[in-house]
Amino acid sequence: MELYSFGIAELKRMLENREVSAKDIHGSVYKRIDAVEGRIRAYVTITQEKALEMAEQSDKERAAGNKKTLSGIPIAIKDNICTKGILTTCSSRILSNFIPPYESAVTAKLLENGYVLSGKTNMDEFAMGSSTENSGFHATKNPWDTDRIPGGSSGGSAAAVAADECIAAFGSDTGGSIRQPASFCGVVGLKPTYGRVSRYGLVAFASSLDQIGPITKNITDAAILMNIISGRDPRDSTSAPVSVPDFTSGLGKDIKGLRIGVPQEYFIEGIDPEVGQSVRNAIKHFESLGAVPVEISLPHTGYAVAAYYVLATSEASSNLARYDGVKYGFRAEGKDLLDMYMNSRAQGFGPEVKRRIMLGTYTLSSGYYDAYYRKAQQVRTLIKGDFDNAFKTVDLIVTPTSPTPAFKAGEKTDDPLQMYLADIFTISVNLAGVPAISIPCGFTSGSLPIGLQLIAGHFDEAALLRASYAYEQSTEWHKRKPNL
Amino acid sequence: MKISIEHLARLARLSVTEEEKTLFANQIDGILNYVDKLNELDTVNVEPTSHVILLSNVVREDLQGDSLDREDALMNAPDRTDKFYRVPKIIE
Repeated sequence: MELYSFGIAELKRMLENREVSAKDIHGSVYKRIDAVEGRIRAYVTITQEKALEMAEQSDKERAAGNKKTLSGIPIAIKDNICTKGILTTCSSRILSNFIPPYESAVTAKLLENGYVLSGKTNMDEFAMGSSTENSGFHATKNPWDTDRIPGGSSGGSAAAVAADECIAAFGSDTGGSIRQPASFCGVVGLKPTYGRVSRYGLVAFASSLDQIGPITKNITDAAILMNIISGRDPRDSTSAPVSVPDFTSGLGKDIKGLRIGVPQEYFIEGIDPEVGQSVRNAIKHFESLGAVPVEISLPHTGYAVAAYYVLATSEASSNLARYDGVKYGFRAEGKDLLDMYMNSRAQGFGPEVKRRIMLGTYTLSSGYYDAYYRKAQQVRTLIKGDFDNAFKTVDLIVTPTSPTPAFKAGEKTDDPLQMYLADIFTISVNLAGVPAISIPCGFTSGSLPIGLQLIAGHFDEAALLRASYAYEQSTEWHKRKPNL
Repeated sequence: MKISIEHLARLARLSVTEEEKTLFANQIDGILNYVDKLNELDTVNVEPTSHVILLSNVVREDLQGDSLDREDALMNAPDRTDKFYRVPKIIE
């Protein structure tokens, strides 16, 4: 097996036993990138030289007896997470030359733990999309079938992990942007509880929904990364003052008696039959491990997409007002200041971003605020209430991550509403602020990965990881790799 | 048509072409029609949720911390002069 195909935990052991060096891993990962990146296009910026410096540093530190958890491990970072001195574009023309003068909280913690930055990954512009086709630069392909999309918006991160172009990656999830691409690419993606991880240095899309999380080859690696990135940060006042457990400590414990809720609203007509079957098989598998399935109802599920697209676009229209061509980013010419603003934004943003800014501007505008924004916030309360009620009787909830496997490139690009509906099973989780994970649970007859979503109550990522680990260790899905 | 795209685009500080006006108007109209399904729900006595984790009055000691160096803050400026950002002339 090539070094690039391993996960964090295995490489860490090999590094500690002096079987390999960080430089060896670096060499292997970039050999892989050279071989497949032309077909996948997961990255916006590949930081090979910087990564070599970091790997050499890591080898030096290890020789001096310094043990850091991620020492020498190449990890890819979504291009909306600020990395000091390294281009951070959000896959947008308007930030195509932006070099952050500061480090995000998450990557600062990764640096403290000795990680090697493999590169910055492609995404839907400003994380607005479900296919990575909205990137201002290029589309990313699904490693399992390059005619298909990898999902989005963290499609570059998920594709890079699936194609072994990194050992692990980070994404951000506002309405499913970690879980849906993880599902489509056959890897693990965890969206933490809102407030679990600092958003400092994450370029804001919808501030009440955004959360950074890991995309990994297995559950153990997700737990390792959660241990590193979680916790309160005074620079993000929405990060919660809640203690962080050791997420790896529950791995391997049994799940006997665990009550797993099966919401009727997620097993509906229109869901791909192979997806439905795989998830039902997985539920039976959980039962064979001692878990207890419980039929539940999340009655407001059908309103989540509508509420989300009001709230997320409203917040986005406000957050993206900062791109005016003055302090950073792209500037177009204009006959006066206002003209310069309007031209810079018109030429700097792509069509989906403009559409959402205008939609959000409308729903926040005088006379419509109550009808749309306030109404959506009220519906958000109802959706959160659904989850609060459910978690009175169950420990976890199981659903498909997406109603379909990865769709074909171009299939939904002409119809924004159809694209939005691809997120129908992931959006409620962000509205409720609860944590959720997507794990591989099968393949279609056409060899496309299928993902299973587990949802837990606020700050109970440990339960997600424990149950996911029990499933992973007793199934083979996560061992399959795409033929590239 | 519910909306004037021209007005919206001006509020959003976006210049739009004639083609974009038609395209965006149709698409946004379609999305708003879909969003109207929220009105099926009675929310008269429902409090709005703006943030899911109940934190209020997050304060800190009023102490001076580190801030960005001026040169760092200016390094991404599309146009600058000395220690200032430069923009098109505002006052005639």
